[in-house]
Amino acid sequence: MPLSQFESGAAGKGAIRLEFAPWQLVLLLLLIVYPFGANDFFIVQIGAQSLLLGTVALSLMLLAGYGGIVSLSQMTVAGIAGYMVAILGVDSYNLGLGWPWWVVVPGAILIATLAATLIGMISVRTEGIYTIMITLAIGVAFYYFCNQNYAIFNGFTGFAGLKPPPLFGIDWRSPMPFYYLSMVVAVVAYAVVSYFERTTFGLSLQAIRDNPRRMEALGYNVTVHRVAAHAFAGLIAAIGGVMLVWYNGRISPGTINVGNLINILIIAVIGGIRKPIGAYLGAIVFVLIGNFAIDLIDRERFNMLIGFCFLIIVLFSPDGLLGLWEKFKSMSRREPKDEW
Amino acid sequence: MREVLKSVKLFLLTVLNGLTLGALYFLVASGFSLVFGLMRNVNLAHGSLYLLGGYIGFDVAESTGSWTLGVAAGFASMAILGVVLQVLIFRRMQGEDLRQTLVSIGISIILADFMLWIWGGDSYQFIIPDALFGAVTIPLLGLKYPAYKLFVLLSAVVIGIGLWLFLNRTRIGMMIRAGVDDRGMLQASGINVNLVFAITFALGAGLAGLAGVIGGSALSLAPGEDLRYLLASLVVVIVGGMGSVTGAAIGAALIGLADQFGLTYSPTYGVIYTFLVMVIVLAVRPTGIMGRK
Repeated sequence: MPLSQFESGAAGKGAIRLEFAPWQLVLLLLLIVYPFGANDFFIVQIGAQSLLLGTVALSLMLLAGYGGIVSLSQMTVAGIAGYMVAILGVDSYNLGLGWPWWVVVPGAILIATLAATLIGMISVRTEGIYTIMITLAIGVAFYYFCNQNYAIFNGFTGFAGLKPPPLFGIDWRSPMPFYYLSMVVAVVAYAVVSYFERTTFGLSLQAIRDNPRRMEALGYNVTVHRVAAHAFAGLIAAIGGVMLVWYNGRISPGTINVGNLINILIIAVIGGIRKPIGAYLGAIVFVLIGNFAIDLIDRERFNMLIGFCFLIIVLFSPDGLLGLWEKFKSMSRREPKDEW
Repeated sequence: MREVLKSVKLFLLTVLNGLTLGALYFLVASGFSLVFGLMRNVNLAHGSLYLLGGYIGFDVAESTGSWTLGVAAGFASMAILGVVLQVLIFRRMQGEDLRQTLVSIGISIILADFMLWIWGGDSYQFIIPDALFGAVTIPLLGLKYPAYKLFVLLSAVVIGIGLWLFLNRTRIGMMIRAGVDDRGMLQASGINVNLVFAITFALGAGLAGLAGVIGGSALSLAPGEDLRYLLASLVVVIVGGMGSVTGAAIGAALIGLADQFGLTYSPTYGVIYTFLVMVIVLAVRPTGIMGRK
């Protein structure tokens, strides 16, 4: 595949090189023109929601795909960021501290990232499936805690009336601005994660995924790398969480219940957990099924449909839809070779 | 003096409640732990098996009028489902832990929706046999305690001892233990590992179903209980150590006690106690109290 390369900064040592594949530029263009051909429902409910859920799933993809750490608590981290937006900022019940947005947003992201680091420090002692179990247990424990805690998290009710600050005189809640805000967040997150894959840290993380013992023998601190991966993924999940809370306008324990924790895993796995784009692909499929399951089958049976989709993909294509695509590509590439 | 007596009573009651809850957790988690220990299979559909077994047991108990038959049905139906899942799905991906876990998540989502479809969102209450109804006065303390809860405690002890005898004194139990320690070696010595796997899975799933009826009679059956018991099983085996029945018993007792003490003495932060127990154990012994590596 031909790559168009862009170099920014001084050439030579230490230059930051950004590489785009043609399909990525086409995709970016499509994302930019998409709102002009869609109604409000498709812009926000489908477009923005897919981009934001995809961003949270991207944080899981980063951990699982590069680090081999399957964490079910990524939605919990996003939820903590969302809760902090409410607790530090302004909500319709006036329960929050009411600080200005430029303190609230970085504060929320910082606290959620710290929480992710803490989760990483707890779960780093375990490996493989144990990590799934412990992160699930942490996520569920936090859900129950929010449900019962009225002093800080306002219990079952949670918070409502959360909206993005009116910056530059634009109402960021209206469809177009919100879509573009989500798009910028998603595209930047995607670009950062794609770039991360080739950084020193990214490469050593992938090496640790493949053979932790050898990396340890080579003198790498496996634990620190894993905790740092949790922190970095937590940062992405936190940004997604702030955006999601603005998207929903409210946050309650329901946002971080087990179903939603697992949905993030489903999204990442359906799309394909080895590549960053898989997270967004999975999110689009997930959101489309969620919105149009009513037309296909009974409204109530959404979970069964998504469950079956997930099961079939896990059973037949461990690399998700991207894996199917790769298979299809290699198959179609092999056949027409005789004709060439 | 009276105040002291009252707080002593409350304390004892909390201990008893904690142990009963622990007994219930043990029934669910021992199967989970056994299946994991042998097959490295984290069956995240284990909670669904608990609830489904409970529902099926409820229907059988309602139509036959016999609670005992309900218990048997809960065990048998889930044991059969366990074998079906093992043979049709999990056997095809042996050794791929992560994929098995993901598949079990898919199964749990489908089962949860299926149960909501069939049994709806109502909660169901079993009719307990007369012999287990009412309260028993515990001698010396003058403490009144529900007979059924004591029965739960007793049945967990009996099943725990039964399980221990099965694992330590029978030939199949020996095979299972050998499989936990070294699966490859067991296979190499000419034992049909697939059969041992199927039996273990049947036993583990059956125990979940049995616990569904026993637990459903102590509390009630409702959507969401599947997750509650899945979480309990997870925490119990993380604390107790994978694949050890004794570990499951210790873990279950600890978690049950932490839960009830939290509920009695600081209601809003009850969950934190459970969580703290887990974090402390992980910090000191990452493989769990009875876990080996």
